[in-house]
Amino acid sequence: MGKTIAEKIFETHLVDEPFGDVSVLKLDRVFCHEITTPTAIQDLVARGKDRVFDPDKIKAVIDHVTPAKDSKTALQGKILRDWANRHGIKDFFDIGHNGVCHVIFPEKGFVQPGFTIIMGDSHTCTHGAFGAFAAGVGTTDLEVGILKGVCTFKKPDTYRMDIVGTLPNGVYAKDIILKVIQEITVNGATNMVIEFRGNIVDEMTMDQRMTLSNMAVEAGATSGICLPDMTTVDYLWAFIKDEYADKSAALEAFSRFNSDEDAIYAKLKTIDVSNLEPLTTFGYKPDNVKPVSQMKGTRIDQVYIGSCTNGRLEDLRIAATVLEGHTISDHVRGIVSPATPKIFSQALAEGIIKIFMDAGFCVTNPTCGACLGMSNGVLADGEVAASTTNRNFNGRMGKGGMVHLMSPATAAASAIKGEIANANLFCEQGSN
Amino acid sequence: MKEFKGNVLFLDRSDINTDEIIPAKYLTEIEKSAMKPHLLEDLKLEGFDPATDLAGKSVIVTRENFGCGSSREHAPWALEENNIHVVIAPSFARIFRQNMFNCGMLAIELSPDQICAVFDTFGKVSAQIVVDIDASLITIQGAAQMEKIEFNLSEFDKALVRTGGWVEYADTQY
Repeated sequence: MGKTIAEKIFETHLVDEPFGDVSVLKLDRVFCHEITTPTAIQDLVARGKDRVFDPDKIKAVIDHVTPAKDSKTALQGKILRDWANRHGIKDFFDIGHNGVCHVIFPEKGFVQPGFTIIMGDSHTCTHGAFGAFAAGVGTTDLEVGILKGVCTFKKPDTYRMDIVGTLPNGVYAKDIILKVIQEITVNGATNMVIEFRGNIVDEMTMDQRMTLSNMAVEAGATSGICLPDMTTVDYLWAFIKDEYADKSAALEAFSRFNSDEDAIYAKLKTIDVSNLEPLTTFGYKPDNVKPVSQMKGTRIDQVYIGSCTNGRLEDLRIAATVLEGHTISDHVRGIVSPATPKIFSQALAEGIIKIFMDAGFCVTNPTCGACLGMSNGVLADGEVAASTTNRNFNGRMGKGGMVHLMSPATAAASAIKGEIANANLFCEQGSN
Repeated sequence: MKEFKGNVLFLDRSDINTDEIIPAKYLTEIEKSAMKPHLLEDLKLEGFDPATDLAGKSVIVTRENFGCGSSREHAPWALEENNIHVVIAPSFARIFRQNMFNCGMLAIELSPDQICAVFDTFGKVSAQIVVDIDASLITIQGAAQMEKIEFNLSEFDKALVRTGGWVEYADTQY
């Protein structure tokens, strides 16, 4: 009987099956940030278990509120920093070198096909784009991960999602994942892994696949996996070239995790995107999705371009293509947060930062802050944001605020217009 | 082991997310006790007022996909700090459900029909629930009616609740 990629990763990492109904897996990576890790560290200290299973497999970053905005966030950063120092965690990224966790960790080559990864952050599913089993967990699971390098999961059912057709110009990975969530709803894949397949996924860059996998959790999924291929190898090559004779050898090694032809799927769905329009959300759930054409004219107060969903270089390039030669509406506050220092530097070198600034955007350092209403762009009661982030929950970006999720192209167009607008108003867009 | 009984808070809405249970602005707190005054502060539910409706409640009965969104274990902590150790729903988001058991608390799944029946019979009156883990039985007592409902928990979930959490379990086993 064939197996899915998730089943193969489980098999190769299985430590125990206590009571037969859950799998305890060995972890290849435990990622940490300053919001959910300090409580785990403090609990370990209180229990007399201030140890780490392997400092080389633990990676840590301060990203949610950086620079610290007050004494409390300064303390959270300090707890993480001191802990990383005393345990010899070399891959700790502090101010000046820090970026949004789900962007900077792949960028550093920490994610490889076949890996098991946890983090105290629900968007950890992003790393499934590399063919890894990556899942968000709470602080207690994180604590045990840090201490013992294991985590429990139920055996994963897999939802195979084939994305096929020809992607229209001006439609992006963000529109595709919003479509997926609209179709299967916010709990359509709960306790399942979504395996993204089909020619559209095959043609995607790693940046695009990460956008897709990032929002799998918004449909309830444990992880959102793309099968490793030459695109994956190309992205990782600089980090793995000493381990393999050539790229084909790496591909062959990674391909052993790929789902078998006769693998068993819990659910199957095919979405043809050939007629897909740019999409956005309304309401307070990520499955409240409509075409931008039906939401146009919705007045906005703030535009945010950034986050682990859409703060990567390709995202900034797309937004800049729309913004070039335009200025944003007088009543709109534009905020862009390149997700890592490397992306910031590249955007600077390519002239993208200048385009944003000339258009009237505020360019912030890499941080998660605005997405969850913690810092760097919190909404006031009654305000409306057009945002490239991942959650439109009530109060998410600030109490009483409304968030409309969309692609960077739509967000840029909306910034210029001062209301939700389609990017084709402002530019001829090439294929993504 | 914690206590699993008390007055019921009915939250008649699906997809209640962890931002609603405890807003992100309180994630800068290091102490769990700081969560206490802010439980369900941003819940979007007609007629619900956390300032008055939470008092004396120890069990939540709600609809599908409770605890979706952010992985924050601050959500179970905020419940725990308010002496709420049981949530009963047709389904839970995976991370929230695991966090509850990891903290030695209960996230009990009943069928959508059973939950509908509980809302219909008890949702408009005050009710008390007692959970018996050994017998896998929930007893609901309303003003005029009493019902018993069976539920299923895996042996692993029961072990976590009985030992009070995953940290000690894992450190002795692995």
